[in-house]
Amino acid sequence: MRLAVFSDIHGNRQAFDACLKAARERGAERFILLGDFVGYGADPEWVVDTAMELVAHGAVAVRGNHDQAVQSSAETMNAEAQIAIEWTRGRLDAAQRRFLAELPMSIEDDGRLYVHSEASHPTRWTYVRSTTDAAKSLIATPCHVTFCGHIHRPALYSMSVTAKMTSFVPKTDVPVQLLRGRQWLAVMGSVGQPRDGDPSACFTLFETESCQIIYCRVPYDIEAAASRIRENGLPHWLADRLSQGR
Amino acid sequence: MPKSLVQVGAEIDGFIVGECVHAGGMATLWTVTHPGIDAPLLMKVPRVSEGEDPAAIVSFEMEQMILPRLAGPHVPHCFGTGDFARQAYVVIEQLPGTTLYPRLPDLPLPYEEARVLVAKIATALADLHRQNVIHHDIKPSSIMFRASGEAVLIDFGLSHHDHLPDLLQEEFRLPYGTAPYMAPERLLGVRDDPRSDLFSLGVLLYFFTTGERPFGEGETLRAMRRRLWRDPHPPCKLRPDYPPWLQEIVLRCLEIEPVRRYPTASQLAFDLTHPDKVRLTARSERLKRDPLSIAWRRRFNHEATQPRPKSDVAAQIASSPILAVALDTAEGAAELNEALRVTTERILATLPSARLACVNVLKLNRLVIDRTLDEDGSNKHIDRMVALRHWATPLKLDESRLTVHVLEAIDPAAAILEFAEMNQVDHVIIGARQSSFRRTLLGSVSSKVASEATCTVTVVRPPRMAADSEEVRADEAAG
Repeated sequence: MRLAVFSDIHGNRQAFDACLKAARERGAERFILLGDFVGYGADPEWVVDTAMELVAHGAVAVRGNHDQAVQSSAETMNAEAQIAIEWTRGRLDAAQRRFLAELPMSIEDDGRLYVHSEASHPTRWTYVRSTTDAAKSLIATPCHVTFCGHIHRPALYSMSVTAKMTSFVPKTDVPVQLLRGRQWLAVMGSVGQPRDGDPSACFTLFETESCQIIYCRVPYDIEAAASRIRENGLPHWLADRLSQGR
Repeated sequence: MPKSLVQVGAEIDGFIVGECVHAGGMATLWTVTHPGIDAPLLMKVPRVSEGEDPAAIVSFEMEQMILPRLAGPHVPHCFGTGDFARQAYVVIEQLPGTTLYPRLPDLPLPYEEARVLVAKIATALADLHRQNVIHHDIKPSSIMFRASGEAVLIDFGLSHHDHLPDLLQEEFRLPYGTAPYMAPERLLGVRDDPRSDLFSLGVLLYFFTTGERPFGEGETLRAMRRRLWRDPHPPCKLRPDYPPWLQEIVLRCLEIEPVRRYPTASQLAFDLTHPDKVRLTARSERLKRDPLSIAWRRRFNHEATQPRPKSDVAAQIASSPILAVALDTAEGAAELNEALRVTTERILATLPSARLACVNVLKLNRLVIDRTLDEDGSNKHIDRMVALRHWATPLKLDESRLTVHVLEAIDPAAAILEFAEMNQVDHVIIGARQSSFRRTLLGSVSSKVASEATCTVTVVRPPRMAADSEEVRADEAAG
């Protein structure tokens, strides 16, 4: 089965819409949503509605730190993220908020683990920045492949049976076979706010039989998404950074 | 690990196992057949039982990832792979003959034989590097030849693929590979520089032409690290009749700093194919190694051991192309040649490691037997070479980046195309014939080259023609 994995959509309707179309064109049969549906972007209602509809049709979704912050003010965030979250909270209706509140922290499915930040302590929202961080996550699960997001920069880590680590920055559209002899941590790029220097939206395809993963990039109407952020009085940096991919 | 399923007569994913033909330290090789595949096949099965070297597993994983992605005549064709979940294997075509390893008792080889042999290997390496792969274990036992003559590189267990995770990255504290052939930067943990393969091929060329390994056979880390600061004896010290052009090539491959080696395998193949065009430097005349004072300066020069920024195989190859400019030295071509020089200059300005071949075709008549001497008795061939050099002088190119070639042919376009193909030229720059009368009569050389070449072709016209000619369209054509 061909899975399409989306992470860190962050209320960016234009980017999410473009990625969904691209994934369907490329034969995606099942959608995996790795959290952070809201925050930063100006269309949280559309994004959450779309996610709810996908879940109703069999998609898998887990919770991100921004989704959690909509429920409680306990989450500590930087000033701009905090402004965006408070704005978002006022935009979502009860059903949308309930959907976010009821999302699980992680889901295991046939040797694959889906989690927003990493597997060792999903509620701590730790960023995977290095092979050491990746190793902590991989040791915490027996799953062959862990899919996560949170850091907004694509990366692919592996751990061998002797606990040796490798790290790799995946090339767009080049399939990589996640060999069964080792464990893998596939860190997704961000759909709605890429930070790896490439402003195009990022999602990932995974072929369950052959264990091939493909990182995809999709151009989208960045100007429209940025205008929506400015129109709604959100911090301008949140709009500006979209075109820089930072 | 599951027990091996590979036994005589067993069937694995449609492959019927025949006999075991080789049992090496890392893997065993079995002949296999498959209904529907009409080629001799080999199944390579890693040794994975308890107590085996973990390197066997990692190298197998690398081969399993890399082999199915490779194409072309210089690698074995891959027919299938299986992973550790059931039975780990790769099935590849069985190549005829043996590797170069059995040739070792014949060393040193005659210079000409070694030149031809290594030129073929360099061509194969260039093809591999273009597929974003660095072999990292170039040595006699990883090189075979097809019946048609092409070199085939085998054993990709230590290779690096620029688009795939490098599983050997952190696996071993010591660099893994074959000590006598290993490039110095490998000892510093660098795995992403394709010029490491050129160093190994230089070791092979040195060994095959002198009978001695340039850095001995020492396998201890201490012995291997010497090559980070100690240069080898120049080959002419071992064989006084060693040709200077060959010493130039060998010592350039064996430079300690990758940046001083050939930038690409194609450029090395080019020099091996044209020994008379090799630009000789002080390397070719060297009679002994660097004085100890210099070697010690290298040894204690810490900058040499600083980690370097990650290199990109594809970007490095792309910045070091072979350009060929086709020039007409006839009278009346001055304006076109000036336009060609301007275009060439612009292209070279962005490519600091490119090399330029200036090509002129000495057209032969179909009916009359041509004489080398013209009416005035001067040698046409040499005159043309002088004219080509004269044209290139304003480009101020380092001599090692420039060669001139006069081809003799009845069909100039075919000669240029053949030259481009033989020399792995990446970009042909050619002028469009100016006189439309001649063009009607003879057909356009540039349009034939542009349409039939397998590389990029830029067709140049002088600026004036662009304004008043209707047919000037599609000046740039990529083939």
